[in-house]
Amino acid sequence: MFMTPLATIQLPLATVSGGNLDLARGFQMALQSWGVSPGLAHALWLPLPMVLVLTAAVVGVLASVWLERKVSAAVQQRIGPEYAGPLGILQPVADGLKLLVKEDVIPDRADGLLFTLGPVLVLVPVILSWLIVPFGQNLLISNVGVGIFLWIALSSIQPIGLLMAGYSSNNKYALLGGLRAAAQSISYEVPLALAVLAVVMLSNSLSTVEIVQQQNSAGLLSWNVWRQPVGFLIFWICVIAECERAPFDLPEAEEELVAGYQTEYAGMKFALFYLGSYINLVLSGLLVAVLYLGGWGFPLPVEWLAGLLHQPLESPLVQVVMASVGIVTTVLKGFLLIFFAILLRWTTPRVRIDQLLDFGWKFLLPIALVNLLVTAALKLVFPAFFGG
Amino acid sequence: MSLALSTQWICFLVLSTTLLLGALGVVLLPNVVYAAFLLGGVLLSMAGLYLLLNASFVAAAQVLVYVGAVNVLILFAIMLVNKREPMVQARGLLLRRLLSAGVCLALFTLLLQVILGTPWALPGPPSIGETALTRIGEHFFTDYLLPFEVASVLLLMAMIGAIVLARRDVLASDVITGEPADQALLEKQRTPLLASKDAPSS
Repeated sequence: MFMTPLATIQLPLATVSGGNLDLARGFQMALQSWGVSPGLAHALWLPLPMVLVLTAAVVGVLASVWLERKVSAAVQQRIGPEYAGPLGILQPVADGLKLLVKEDVIPDRADGLLFTLGPVLVLVPVILSWLIVPFGQNLLISNVGVGIFLWIALSSIQPIGLLMAGYSSNNKYALLGGLRAAAQSISYEVPLALAVLAVVMLSNSLSTVEIVQQQNSAGLLSWNVWRQPVGFLIFWICVIAECERAPFDLPEAEEELVAGYQTEYAGMKFALFYLGSYINLVLSGLLVAVLYLGGWGFPLPVEWLAGLLHQPLESPLVQVVMASVGIVTTVLKGFLLIFFAILLRWTTPRVRIDQLLDFGWKFLLPIALVNLLVTAALKLVFPAFFGG
Repeated sequence: MSLALSTQWICFLVLSTTLLLGALGVVLLPNVVYAAFLLGGVLLSMAGLYLLLNASFVAAAQVLVYVGAVNVLILFAIMLVNKREPMVQARGLLLRRLLSAGVCLALFTLLLQVILGTPWALPGPPSIGETALTRIGEHFFTDYLLPFEVASVLLLMAMIGAIVLARRDVLASDVITGEPADQALLEKQRTPLLASKDAPSS
């Protein structure tokens, strides 16, 4: 969605290398043809995708906040925001501006340094994880080899920030909320990693690009969700738990803990938590789409469609159209999942903390292990269908 | 100097400075919570150094295991206890500090001696980059199989030990003191609310 303008601007510049759109090479070669040195062209290219993805993340947050407000209103038979812009679409911007100009209070007996560092440590790993979200063959910041493992590793830093925020607030509700958040995060990371491992086993690679590619041989039918239905459910539940959303929003259970680790926060520091949780939600939606729903893959194979229209795959126009379709498909899939997450939040009651931990350790973990074993066995028996 | 090389140098300098200062902070700071958070920073900068060496899998594993699991558990333990009072001054603190400083300095000199005395082959072997993951897996299941499995047995032992320590009520006698232990020792004796109807039999 957010890279389409660039792709269209780059149309004359887009270089097709190895049958695939490569914006980086196109951009650099265009700059070099204007007399810019190769090193400088590379340096000029480097920040572009990062800024673009950061913008995409923030716009995604605004969209999902608006969606959350509208869906929650619909669930509760209200209208929701309607005065700020058409259909209240500017409401999240108004929210953000309000938080921006609000007084930033640090409680008197709180630990100022840790209090400030906490929200930063929560937000930074989430933003870093966008490194590996692919919107197309070459449309990601970095196709690092460890791919999805990097996301698992980065998301394990978050509890430190939550503990820091909870501890430094000098408030018993905040401390309890921080402890709950850390416990929940650790418990659900294990089945999450096992579910991802089963997918990795199918695609023989940790890289998100390859995980998507091996799902797109036959369009809709070759998506991982058919081969990993149990893994899909485990991953979805764990991701919701990692995002701390209802029915797993124990760390900020209003009735028990005021607002958990965010209790003492106001203004921009609170906004960082808020932003972090929604960026995480958008990221999770996109990653579920990448791992189980074919990522940028269109339900019908694009190669087949291009063949039907008698268009050569290598022509720049087809490449740009394919890239745009890929971006739109990824974002659509992601937002469909976000919609389900929001619906889940506003229709399910919260679980208790003991139920939450029991569910994680005594139910999800054994199921995830069995799923992994069954996947390994199926891979050995039917190597053709399970990526031998 | 090319862009990549100078970036690498700056990253290396920043990472090693944070690592050294953080490590000193972990040892020297009196506040145990600060020390634990700094330990997280030290482990993170170590992961950054691995990344500079082109070992991205090791770096990610370092973050996942040491920062995400070990450090979070340390913090968890500190915060569950959550004592904000300063530590009690032990007797002969100055002597103890001097002694430990001496031992540390001696160890440091020894390590420095070894590092300076070893004829390092510079530059080292080229990093294998992305194929490292496959190579690590091969080693784990061939020549390093025994250490790998022994490590997992060690972790299993630690887990069983933790369960035994945490759930003393399942054992007939206390693990540490040897006294008979059961639920009654941990919980308060149950007293019937309606004493007249349900008289205790014992």
